[in-house]
Amino acid sequence: MYELVTGPLAWLAFGIFFIGLLYRLVWYIRGLNWQMDRVTYSKNVAYGIRGALRSIFFWLVPFGTHGWRFYPGFTILVFVFHICLLATPVFLMGHNVLLLERFGFSLPTLTEGMADIMTLAVIVAAIFIILRRIALPEVRIITKPYDFLVLAIAVAPFLTGFLAYHQVGNYDFWIVVHVLCGEIMLVAIPFTKLSHFLLFFLSRAQLGMDFGIKRGGMKNKGMAW
Amino acid sequence: MPEGILCNKQVVDTKEKLNALLADKSGKQYYAEMKALDIDSKALWATLEKTCKSRLRTWLEICAHCGMCADSCFFYLANDKDPKQVPSYKIQSTLGEMVKRKGEVDNDFMHMVMDTAWSKCSCCNRCATYCPFGIDMGVMFGYVRGLCFSQGFVPWELKIGSGMHRIYNAQMDITTEDWVDTCEWMAEEYEEDWPGLEIPVDKENADIIYTVNAREPKHYPEDLAEAAILFHLAGENWTVPSQGWEETSLAMFAGDWGACKIQVESVYAAMDRLKPKRMVVTECGHAYRATVLEGPYWAGLKSGKTPIESFHYVEWVAEALRTGKLKIDPAKRIKEPVTYQDSCNYVRNAGLGDCAREIMSYIAEDFREMRPCKEHNFCCGGGGGLNGIGLYRQARNIGLTVKRDQILATGAKLVVAPCHNCWDAIRDLEEVYKIGIRWSFLKPLLLSMVEVPEHLKPKDE
Repeated sequence: MYELVTGPLAWLAFGIFFIGLLYRLVWYIRGLNWQMDRVTYSKNVAYGIRGALRSIFFWLVPFGTHGWRFYPGFTILVFVFHICLLATPVFLMGHNVLLLERFGFSLPTLTEGMADIMTLAVIVAAIFIILRRIALPEVRIITKPYDFLVLAIAVAPFLTGFLAYHQVGNYDFWIVVHVLCGEIMLVAIPFTKLSHFLLFFLSRAQLGMDFGIKRGGMKNKGMAW
Repeated sequence: MPEGILCNKQVVDTKEKLNALLADKSGKQYYAEMKALDIDSKALWATLEKTCKSRLRTWLEICAHCGMCADSCFFYLANDKDPKQVPSYKIQSTLGEMVKRKGEVDNDFMHMVMDTAWSKCSCCNRCATYCPFGIDMGVMFGYVRGLCFSQGFVPWELKIGSGMHRIYNAQMDITTEDWVDTCEWMAEEYEEDWPGLEIPVDKENADIIYTVNAREPKHYPEDLAEAAILFHLAGENWTVPSQGWEETSLAMFAGDWGACKIQVESVYAAMDRLKPKRMVVTECGHAYRATVLEGPYWAGLKSGKTPIESFHYVEWVAEALRTGKLKIDPAKRIKEPVTYQDSCNYVRNAGLGDCAREIMSYIAEDFREMRPCKEHNFCCGGGGGLNGIGLYRQARNIGLTVKRDQILATGAKLVVAPCHNCWDAIRDLEEVYKIGIRWSFLKPLLLSMVEVPEHLKPKDE
């Protein structure tokens, strides 16, 4: 079973992930229309690029925008969640051992203690994100079961990985479930709201170009995000 | 009844249709007919398929439902944080549903969409600056307004307004003759006080072509005179076009994209005809937004720019003060605390906040910022056409409370509001809430403190 999920299924999952994202990228860009969106994407290009980069950059910096500063608690949750979610699997020792075995290279790795902390951080942040969804009326009204499902897909690999690593119950069982959960997440990314993995950058770039080209960017220092 | 006599899916493009609408007091019959208006679901879906492309679809799809847009919306704040005023909720329950149902919606639904698009969103775009994904719900509601318009669901006043643009190339029934007469009348009226004052009509190759808001010639002609005097004092070589002088666009508020195109093309034609070096737009926010920022796209100008470079009035004033074309008498600067209303359309959405500060540094001794301000300022409460819609007057008045509290917090009793919509909203908020403030455009303030060069003073003085 382990061979199956880490072999053909993993290839399939990564294949769908990459091809799916490529499709989203092409679909997004092809769907842009200078006249309908009222942004001259291919004219005034320097202003567009500046606007796009500013728009992405400031939103990637914790407390870098008015929005992030307005909700400091949530901002911490969001950044802890995303940084740990992205960095842990990439720099995890176990994953890098696999990488070395199969492909002959590996990346720098996290200490085991650090990996544990970051895994727990993802889980705890997710719990608070769920509580926030339920507690705040302005978030509750827009929350759908789908939002919980997406969060579950994102957190499941961390929960199962943690259980497997610490051998809570049957390791062989949890490790297979863990790999499957990771693969489900990869496959889900192009097809669900998790597509913001890519579309965050495209959408931010688009609005950045809008502000950079049309809405003031050619007359001022750039939008104060 | 699929189509009403007054309320229907047709555009208003004849005087007969326009007069029939105008005769219907407060749109009583119009709104009654709207209750029975059929939805052309096929056409709605066809439009959605054709125009709701990757940008809008992505915005609808990836919204993380995080609620960070909530506090960015002045309607949400003014309505005691009613969750139904959360921008994400408003757009998901309207455009989101329309797309989900593939256009299969009913009359009640369209009424709800119309109410949301015009009375719960002024298209101020503030939420766009608070969404981590850059989802601009103001842009989306602008789009929704277009869908509503195409189905006949548009507030009565805006149906009239867009018709005015189609018939008169102005938001009001002002003919070329009326306009030129007003220019001549104002020049004559003020010539005695300001020797040599002119309002040159259709002068070719001027440095500046000046364009206005139809309300000025119609209701406040002295605004035009004030503009003329300031250009005169600054020694500008300027002109107004006899046709293509109207900058505003109730058509944009209505979502009548065809009328938007007709309107801006009349202004661009004046530019082509008279070949001025640049255009200056009066103290109006949405006019600048419509004709300078969005207009080139409606008109299909691939540069995304107007045929000649265009400036908002605050840009011209800042430049005139900076270069010394206009000099302020230091003794006449505003001494009392004064604040500035940043218009969404030319500050957040056009980046001219610094011009405003530069002007205030010349004319005011105790300038106080509203909080928040500049790009992050709240809408006055009357933007997006809301000031003019009788049906939504109550919703508008509730929305004004955010601006009221912002102004009160500055301690200033004078609000500089170089935007017609802001100016109206602030006037109305004083009328409704009586907080003891005054409000002003820049022109009268500048005129009260500008130094008059010796050679321009009346001879008998």
